[in-house]
This record gives sequence, structure tokens and C-alpha cells, in this order.
Amino acid sequence: MGPLLLIGLVIVPGAVVAGVIGRLVRVSLLLTLPIAISVVLVSVFTRAGSHVLFAIGPFDATTEGVNFAGQILVRLFAISLSIGLFGLTTDPSALVYDLERRGVSPRFAFVANATLQAVPTMVERAGVIQAAQRARGLDTEGSARARLRGVMPLVGPVILSSLTEVEERSLALEVRAFSRPGRRNLLWSAPDRPVERIARWAMLTAFAGVVALRVTGHFPSLI
Amino acid sequence: MLELRGVTYRYAGYARPAIHDVDLRLADGEIVGLVGANEAGKSTICLVASGLAPASIGGALTGTLTIDGEAMAGRPTHELAERVAIGFQNSATQLSGVARTVFEEVALGPMNLGLEVAETLERTHAALRTLRIENLAERAPHRLSGGQGQLVAIASLIAMRPRHIILDEPTAQLDPEGTRLVGEALRALAETGTALLIVEHKTDLLDGLCGRVAVVDDGTIVLEGAAAYVFEDPRLEGWGVEAPSRVRLGRALAARGLDSTAVLE
Repeated sequence: MGPLLLIGLVIVPGAVVAGVIGRLVRVSLLLTLPIAISVVLVSVFTRAGSHVLFAIGPFDATTEGVNFAGQILVRLFAISLSIGLFGLTTDPSALVYDLERRGVSPRFAFVANATLQAVPTMVERAGVIQAAQRARGLDTEGSARARLRGVMPLVGPVILSSLTEVEERSLALEVRAFSRPGRRNLLWSAPDRPVERIARWAMLTAFAGVVALRVTGHFPSLI
Repeated sequence: MLELRGVTYRYAGYARPAIHDVDLRLADGEIVGLVGANEAGKSTICLVASGLAPASIGGALTGTLTIDGEAMAGRPTHELAERVAIGFQNSATQLSGVARTVFEEVALGPMNLGLEVAETLERTHAALRTLRIENLAERAPHRLSGGQGQLVAIASLIAMRPRHIILDEPTAQLDPEGTRLVGEALRALAETGTALLIVEHKTDLLDGLCGRVAVVDDGTIVLEGAAAYVFEDPRLEGWGVEAPSRVRLGRALAARGLDSTAVLE
């Protein structure tokens, strides 16, 4: 029940209130689908069980396998929806500033922020490189095979240019005294409304409660 | 004053030095231009003069870098950052990648120096004003054009208020108006006592801006002197440097038997 309750009572209402439910579902599906497909295939056809639903060649699909696949899928969606909701409703800079204001090292805060921003930056870079490759005749449209062939020439340039950029960027940061020890006087702090503080404490309490239930063996079953 | 004396530098993993026997002086308030063909060693001289080579990128250095008479070898880079700043060619990689707005981007350096908020704000506003890019303050840094990014990167260095600024092709991505604007800003900076070392292929910009110019070829300085003297040197093209249009026009007129001085005046 845990993951379903989490999705139904916390994540979906939270996303509706934040106005990101549509994007959240799309992002979550994109994140989960590749893993979900393989998990379903492996679970349904390889899980030993007494009640066979149907068979494909030597593989039997069992009721137990379907149940297990369902449990794993719910867990996967709970994780991807949580991460997606966090990503869609949190301003990375605000998070990092707030972490730093609470005493986290600027270096750690920078790494956290750069990590949060790495994915959209790489997607953007891949788009630019793809456009350049297309201008030189690379075919990236059409069948799935043609699309896959079109992705391969992107991998090298995207990774190599990202690595070069990291080196140049780290030098540029050195020049701007980034490695200087000691606290920085931050320009602004993220607003922290009472309702946000209450939500934070509620989540921390719930987290502690879940851990306690798990440790004492009172945690409810998965679905 | 920033001074390189007898500097030879070899990048890590290379047998041959990228620059050798380099002597260069940058006095307070002086603007020195550095010209030469691609791969001549200009950017390496910049890296050594900024203290990043070998402190941050490794390699082997002989000779000395001194600032105001103090040897900089072994100094942490954040200490060097308060004395000398360097801007690279690619504006995209000079931005931190974590700031939400241009204002935050420019404020990052002063903030790293541990300055009070009021001073950080004052320096940031002043830097944006100097390059006349206050209108970009609320824009997202990663959404800027190449030229705008270049101006923001320069503003980020200016906001640090170091005594020496090294710029490696600062106008590479700028249009003529942006180039003129940067030229004006650099001249104004020099008037406040900031020393500037500028690597440029646009000799027209250096011609009106620099008091002194050094020509780099095959890793060493082959000619150095007053800008007017260096830009008149007939060997310039052989070193891969195009003379400023003023000089080329003068030569073309002289070749046709016209008095270039009278025409140019």
C-alpha cells in the first residue's frame, strides 16, 4: 500500500496544486518506460508460479509473475514521480543558495547545482550537434533504425565537448576565486513560508516514521 | 606591475615547450597587445601570466611570474584571482552555469571574494554599466547570444576589480559595435590604473587602444615596442599578423605615389 498511498495522497495532489501534473506524468513515463518494459518482461515470464496464464515458447506467464511485476511498477512510478515532482517544482539555484545558507560548502552546492542542470544542458548540446550533423547530410528521420543510426554520431561529440567544457569552466571559476575558503555573503535567500516549513517537517516526520515501521517489521505490504 | 622573466613553459605530456624565453612587463594602467598567428603561443603566455599554468593545469615552468615584485609561484589560485583575472575566447565556458540571471553571474566573483552584499551589488551594477549591458541583468545567461555572453564574461572579470586583466580574444564573437564598446570600456579601465594584456587578431582595435604591442611567433616574443612602431614593421605578415587598415591603406597609397600622411589626415 505504501507506494500507492504515496502516489495517491501526496504526489498527485502535490502536482495538481503546483499545476505540473501533465508534465509530471509525461516526464515520469519517459524516465520509467525503458526500465518498466524490461522489468515487466522479466518478472512476468521468469517468475516461478503455480497458475500459468499463457505461454510463449518455453516461457510461462504466471499470476505470481504478473503480481510481482505490478508491485515493481508501482514502486518504479513512485520513485520517478517523486523525482519528477522535485525537479519540476524546485528552482536549482534557490535550492543551492539555501543549502549554502544552511552551512553546506559552496563547492558541494556548486556540484549539486551543476548536476541538476547537467541533463538539460546536455540535451540542448545534443540538439545543436544533431542540427550540425544534419546540415552535413546525416539522416535522423524515418524508421527507428535510421533514428538509432542518427544517434550514434552524436555520442562522441556530446561527451567530448562536455569534458572539454568542464575543464575550461573549472579554470574560469578558479579565476573568479571560487576556491577561496570561507563563507560567502549571499545576495538573496529563498523565501521560506510557514506552510513550506510545516510541509518540510511533516515529510521528515513521515520519513522517520516509515523507517521506524520498516525496522520494527510493521511496514504495510507493497500494494 | 606584472612581469614574466625568462619564462619557458611546457604542457603536461608534451616534450617541447609551448613558449620559451619570454620576457614581458605589464605596468599599472598600461594596455599591451599580444599578436601572432594561431598556435604561436599567445594563449599559453596568457595562462602563465594569469598564474593558471602550471598551478591549475599542470606542466613545467621555468622562469618567474612576479606581481608588484612578489613571486607568484606556489600561491593558491584564489589569491591570484584578486590580483590578476583572465578571460578566455569561448564565452559559453566562462559562465558558471549555475546563475539564474546575468546579474547573479556577474556577482559571483565578488561574492566569492567574501565581500559584503552592498559592495557586491555596487561592483556588479558598475560592471554592467561599464559595458552598457544593464538591460541584460535579468536575462538567463545560457540564453544569451555569443556576443552578449562575451560582454557578460568580461563584466564578470571587471566586477572582481583585479589590478591586472588578461583577455584572450575578447572581441572574437562581437560585431563592430560590440567591439567598439569593449574597446571604450577597456580604455576606461586602464585610466583607473588597471593593466591590460589583450590577445587579438583585430589589429585595428589594438592600433587605437594599446601603448605597446608584442608579436609572438613559434613560442617566443620576436618583436616588442610602441604600437605604431610594431604595426609598421614589414615582417608582420610573415609572422601571420595583418597590419591595421590604417597602415595597409598608407602602404597602398604610397605604392601609387600618393602622400599617405596628407591623405590620412
